[in-house]
Amino acid sequence: MSRRLAVAELRKRYGDLPVIGGLDLEVAPSEIVAIVGPSGCGKSTLLRLVAGLDTHYRGEIRVGDELVCGPHPAVGLVFQEPRLFPWLSVADNVAFGLSERRGPHARALVSDALAAVELTAFAGALPKELSGGMAQRVALARALVTEPQVLLLDEPFNALDAFTRMRLQDHLLAAWTRYRPTLVLVTHDLDEAVYLADRVILLGERPARVVDVIPVAPARPRDRRDATLAALRVALLEALHLERDSRLVTA
Amino acid sequence: MGLGVFEAYQLPPPPVVLDAAIGLWRRGLLQQDIFATAARVVEGFGIGAAVAIVLGTIVGVTRRSEEFFEPTLQALRTVPTLAWAPLLLLWLGIDEAPKITLVAIGAFFPVYVNLVAGIKGVDRKLVEVARVFDLRGVDIARLVVLPASLPDLLTGLRLGATQAWLFVVVAEFFGSSRGLGFRLTDSLQSSRVDLMLVALVCLAALGKVTDMLIRAAERRALRWRDTLGEPRPA
Repeated sequence: MSRRLAVAELRKRYGDLPVIGGLDLEVAPSEIVAIVGPSGCGKSTLLRLVAGLDTHYRGEIRVGDELVCGPHPAVGLVFQEPRLFPWLSVADNVAFGLSERRGPHARALVSDALAAVELTAFAGALPKELSGGMAQRVALARALVTEPQVLLLDEPFNALDAFTRMRLQDHLLAAWTRYRPTLVLVTHDLDEAVYLADRVILLGERPARVVDVIPVAPARPRDRRDATLAALRVALLEALHLERDSRLVTA
Repeated sequence: MGLGVFEAYQLPPPPVVLDAAIGLWRRGLLQQDIFATAARVVEGFGIGAAVAIVLGTIVGVTRRSEEFFEPTLQALRTVPTLAWAPLLLLWLGIDEAPKITLVAIGAFFPVYVNLVAGIKGVDRKLVEVARVFDLRGVDIARLVVLPASLPDLLTGLRLGATQAWLFVVVAEFFGSSRGLGFRLTDSLQSSRVDLMLVALVCLAALGKVTDMLIRAAERRALRWRDTLGEPRPA
């Protein structure tokens, strides 16, 4: 089951510096939305606010009908780095977010989540024995095991090489098919955005606002070589440049 | 025999020391000394380390308690710990209590200082993972902060154990009737260097055994670490 995510008139400042300036965003249940924008524009801050890690903001964030005012079991977050607990085995890392970490029920949930990212064979391994891509898959399984209704991903494949990144995008899609969460992905990889998302949201320079929304039509499974995707990528690139140029003119 | 630098009564040769050890053992004194000293170390170290872990965790995790305890503890730490001995004798008498207390004080500071430093060094990013899963206070301390600072805690325990052996000897210098420290001062009175050497060898061996035990525990508990000190994963 997944829920709608609704962000309305969101404003956030760090001291005197406005980071998010009146941002509106609606994500339908089980929709995949990619958020792109210039670096430092407040994308990560947006995810931190939605995840409830920071509750000092103005505006409204709703998951389903509930207002977000702190970490919420319905909202999961995957960080840029895997952030695995080095002293826990892969299975125990995945079980970390469960309210009951031991017992047959937990074991079943953990093995499901590990199967969703194809890491069943590594359940007993320690994080130091994993490659970067595997570690990030474990992090994905750890976020999925609690079956969050909204899953947030903050440039999750950033640090990986191009091949691993493509493999992980497919892992993510497979896991999404299995759990069907509402998915918000912050990325700076335009190929990734058009390959994964139903809609790509373009944010402007800080303070972040939505400047453009680009729907991605092709049905899944998509072909990375699809010309429509390539055209969308170009459109995105132009939109990004337009946004920057308009700033330069007005500045 | 020997180079003639020291007279035999100043530095008796090993066979003489061995004879002395056997003599002490036959009379049941060596066992008694070792047992008395080891018991004081175990008790004192146990108490000192336990208090250090509790206090260190509280101070490491909550900022307000840090402001409350830290200045006092830092001031106390600058007192050379052995300077406590006369005061403890006065307060607690010449029984076991002052000796165990002194050992506990000796063990406390290395454990406390290392644990607090370890907790302060815990990666905020790992704590954030726990917060996303809506864990707080005690659970974060138990599930993230303490395991993450375990390497520092174990270093502290090892240093604390070394300190405990150091302090027990000093504690036994004053008003005791058994123990390896007592054997040292007693042998000084009677100019029995051979007996002093027996006591020293025993202290060295016991200290070494303690260190080995804690190192073994460290290796077991820290297999997850990916550091130069760890064997490479297969």
